Order: sequence, then C-alpha cells, then structure tokens
Amino acid sequence: MDLKSLYQEIILDHNRHPRNYGALEGPSHEAHGHNPLCGDQLHLTLVVDDEGVIQDLRFEGKGCAISTASASMMTEHVKGRPAKDVEALLHEFHEVATGKLDPEEAQLLGKLKIFAGVAEFPTRVKCATLCWHTLKSAVDKGATATTE
Amino acid sequence: MAESASLDAVTCKGCAGEQPPIDVEAIRADFPVLHQDVRDKPLVYLDNAASTHKPLAVIDAVSAMYLRDYSNIHRGVHTLSQRATAVYENARERVRCHLNARETSEIIFTRGTTEAINLVANSWGRVNLREGDEVILSELEHHSNIVPWQMLRESQGIVLRVIPIDDDGDLILEEYEKLLNPRTKLVSVSHISNALGTVNPIAQILRMAREQGVTTLVDGAQAVAHKPVDVQELQADFYAFSGHKIYGPSGIGVLYGRKEILQDMPPWQGGGDMILSVGFEKTIYNEPPFRFEAGTPNISGAAGLTAALCYICNHGIRRIDEWEQRLLAHAQHRLREIPGLRLVGTAKEQSCAISFVLDGIHAHDVGTVLDMQGVAVRTGHHCAQPAIERFGLAATTRASLAVYNTIEEIDALAAAIRKAQEVLS
Ligand SMILES: Cc1ncc(COP(=O)(O)O)c(C=O)c1O
Repeated sequence: MDLKSLYQEIILDHNRHPRNYGALEGPSHEAHGHNPLCGDQLHLTLVVDDEGVIQDLRFEGKGCAISTASASMMTEHVKGRPAKDVEALLHEFHEVATGKLDPEEAQLLGKLKIFAGVAEFPTRVKCATLCWHTLKSAVDKGATATTE
Repeated sequence: MAESASLDAVTCKGCAGEQPPIDVEAIRADFPVLHQDVRDKPLVYLDNAASTHKPLAVIDAVSAMYLRDYSNIHRGVHTLSQRATAVYENARERVRCHLNARETSEIIFTRGTTEAINLVANSWGRVNLREGDEVILSELEHHSNIVPWQMLRESQGIVLRVIPIDDDGDLILEEYEKLLNPRTKLVSVSHISNALGTVNPIAQILRMAREQGVTTLVDGAQAVAHKPVDVQELQADFYAFSGHKIYGPSGIGVLYGRKEILQDMPPWQGGGDMILSVGFEKTIYNEPPFRFEAGTPNISGAAGLTAALCYICNHGIRRIDEWEQRLLAHAQHRLREIPGLRLVGTAKEQSCAISFVLDGIHAHDVGTVLDMQGVAVRTGHHCAQPAIERFGLAATTRASLAVYNTIEEIDALAAAIRKAQEVLS
C-alpha cells in the first residue's frame, strides 16, 4: 500500500504549519473538543457576525497529524461561510471520511475530499472529524464535543 | 477419559526434563495466522501484550471439544457431559501444575484477569475491608487493577495508596516501605507492566507485605507467558492471569487463591454450580473453587487453556524467556540507534513490552504508518494511563514480543519506524 495515500503532502504541510492557529480575543462562540481515546484536545474560538457569517476562527490544541491538518484545513474552508452551513459540511465530511460517500460526489468539501483516505483506517476517522464536531458544538452554542 | 479427543490432543510432556533452545521457525509453523500479508506486506505482529495468537494445538483442542466432547459440565450423568467435565477439570489440574499451587481447589476459572481482580475486590474486599483500611497499588497498574479498588473506595470508604515509579519505570521500593502501615490490608501489584515492560521484584514486594501481615494479589496478566511462576515460592495470596495472553482462548482466565483465604470468602455471583442446595428458606454454598464459579463457564476455553499451558510447558518457559530476552535486547539496541526516538521505560529488568515516542510525531500517526508497512503495534496509553502520564505523555507506541517473533521482524520494526519518521517529519 502506498504510504502516501493517507499522509498526502497537503496533510503533512498543514500539520507542520497549521493555519489559523491560536485563540481569538473576545470570540462570539467557542468550544472544546476532546478525544478520550487518544487524549487529543482541541479548542476553537470563532467570531460570527450579525448576519451569521463566520468572520474568523482559530484553533489550538494537541493532536496527531490527521487531527491537526483536518482542523487547519477546516478553518480555511469555513472562514467567510454562513455558520448555518456547518451542519451540512460536517455531514458530508463525515460521509466521505467513513467511506459512505464517494469523494467525487461530494458537493461542499473542495480540498477536504482528501480526507477520504482515512476511511481505510477506521480508528483514525475520529481524528479527522473531531474538529468538525467541535465546530458544530461551537456554532450550536457552547458545550464540549467529544468523539465518543 | 481415554475416550476424550480433547484430552488426548493435549498431553503435556513438558515440566520435567530439559528442553532444547527455541527453534523459532518450527514455532512459527504452529501459528497459521502469522503467515499472511497485511496491506501487501508480510505481517509483523508486535502487539502480543494486548493478545497473543494461538498455536494449532490450541485451535485443535477447542475444535475437538466441539467436534466430539461438548456438553454442559458437572451435573450431567450422560457420557458427553462426563467427558466435558473431565476436560474442564483437567484444565484446572493443568493450571494448578503450571502455577505450582497445592490443590486444584485453589484454581478458580474467570473470564480473565479483570474478572479475577473484580472477584477479589467484591468477595474478599467486601468482607475484609472497612472504612479507612488501605490498599496499596502501584503507578504501573493496568486500569483493571485500579478501577475495582476505586469502586470499593466509593462503597466501603477504603483508602488507596500508590507506589511511585522512578524515571526508568522501576517501582521505588523505599516509598513502598513507607506506605506499609498498620492500616494496610492489601497490596495489589502487577508482576510485569504491560505499558513499560518493567519486571517488578515481585518476591520482594510480597515478602515486605507478608512481614506486616498484609494480604497480597499479583496481576500476572503479562507474566505467565514469559516467566516461570510458582505461587508457593512467592507465597502469593492471590495470583491472576488471562488465557488469551498466553496463547490460549479469550474469555477464560484464572484466579489462584490460597486455600485458607478462599475458604472464608463469600460468593460474589449467585447462580447454578456455586451452591450445594437451594431452598427458598436456605441455600448452602458450594466449596471453593465452585463457590466462585456461578453459571455455565467457558468450557471449550478450558480445553484451549490446557493446550496453551502445555504448549508453553513443552517448549519450556525458561527457553521461551531466554529467546524473548534475546529479541528484547536486539530491539532495544535497534531502537536506540534511531535518532529522535526515546524509549519510555528502561527498568533494571524488562520483559516483552517496549514503549517509545518519536520527537515531534504523534503515536497514532506512527501506529498507522507502521500498519501500512504490515507492522502491528499498539499506540495510546495501553490502559495504564497513570504510568504513561507519569512521563508527561498522553500516548506511546508499544511493540510487544512473543515467542514466535524473530530477529528479522525486529529489524523490520526498526526500518518501519525510520520510514515513519521520513514520511511524517
Ligand atoms: C497487566 C495487565 N493486567 C490486566 C489486564 C487485563 O486483562 P484482561 O483484559 O484479559 O482481563 C491486562 C491486559 O491488557 C494487562 O496487561
């Protein structure tokens, strides 16, 4: 099997140089995500404007390459989008990451289709989806997300 | 008895006599599962501390049971029930022999180590531990030797004390000595750590407890496949292990308990087989070990366990240990050569588990990239979170050995780790 099928250059690059890393001052929304299985932690801060658009967001935390890259790429992908789209994005991302939806047929994901590679590693799916669950609970207002 | 296929399959010729050194190729031929490709690479199985694979002798013993001798045990007057009972009770005798217990009544079958420890906590613990009584554990323990005691802390108000480890992963015995006091009622520690591979000086630990009149329990889950265990020599009060970690089936394990202690222990589960007679007014409990074995047990598992113990015995536990120590030394050497790799756990005496971390690379990524190369290891906290957190870590990668591993497989591990570094950094 090709070692690069999961750890593609773009994933490794986002792991090495995470985008939108850190915390926003005075966020309108925030949430904490935790994967008890591997101890991964993720904190998301967002500014959502009056029109409901995600103006800015940052993440920080500790995790594997898959979870860090997924969070980094997610922040780029949702910045400037309406918060109400998050649910549909999470759904489609989850379908692709679990192999239920062919990435070619995904409508909303753009570059994030690359995470289709985790479907072959069922124990790693949660690493890729933690940030999305956390984002959803942030825009739903508040609580802690876990992948359990 | 001679009619029993399951019994014939597993005659033990070991124990007595001197065995030759391990011929690993011959051993590997006994384990069909090892001969396969995983992700197009030959499988290198280094997750043996989680569970070992089964030799044909074990698979055949389980299958012979179902093919010829299966029935429920103990109460049946018909032939199959008598055969199945003979197989089951023969397993008890094999375990007795293997641990050098005095009597078969000291051998209780459980689902595994976890259930064995829970049995002690719920039966012995509930009548012998009161508020303020102290139980000593160690920082190395598997969750199964932590949580049952925390549950007793909630129900009985006992106090838990923890023997710390040093930076090498060795228990600090001076601290242990200080923890022992007149309120100490039980010392419950592992023989060998599953997370770091530390071989604890168990004889000394038990002696120190005994000198204070303290009861002892040894979690032997990681020991029985790798080291000789003699419960009389150790003078352990309880000793627990799991079948699936010693080349036997899952779902069967053992609690050894010293006869004098078991006699006074109440049952912990009620049901069939654990009673002598039942009336709605009065029920009379059976003697040990049956008092502690309510319900239909893992009958075919007992056949497999016998075969597994005989497999170990026939090759000689000292020969197995000798081979595994060679593999371990080679692994430590190979891993130490890798820049950016840090071994976690460098105890004075180590057994088959080696934990490590790679600079800047998360253990789960290591585990996945090794899997892509056919190398099976475990990543995470290995159900021993306190031990891993002691080193300021959330996860390590752990390679763990069994008798069927080879020097070439260790080299494959080292090469796969270097590849992981190349891909991930
Ligand atoms: C040291 C130790 N104790 C206890 C256990 C629990 O064994 P089981 O899951 O077979 O009950 C394990 C297995 O992971 C172990 O390694």
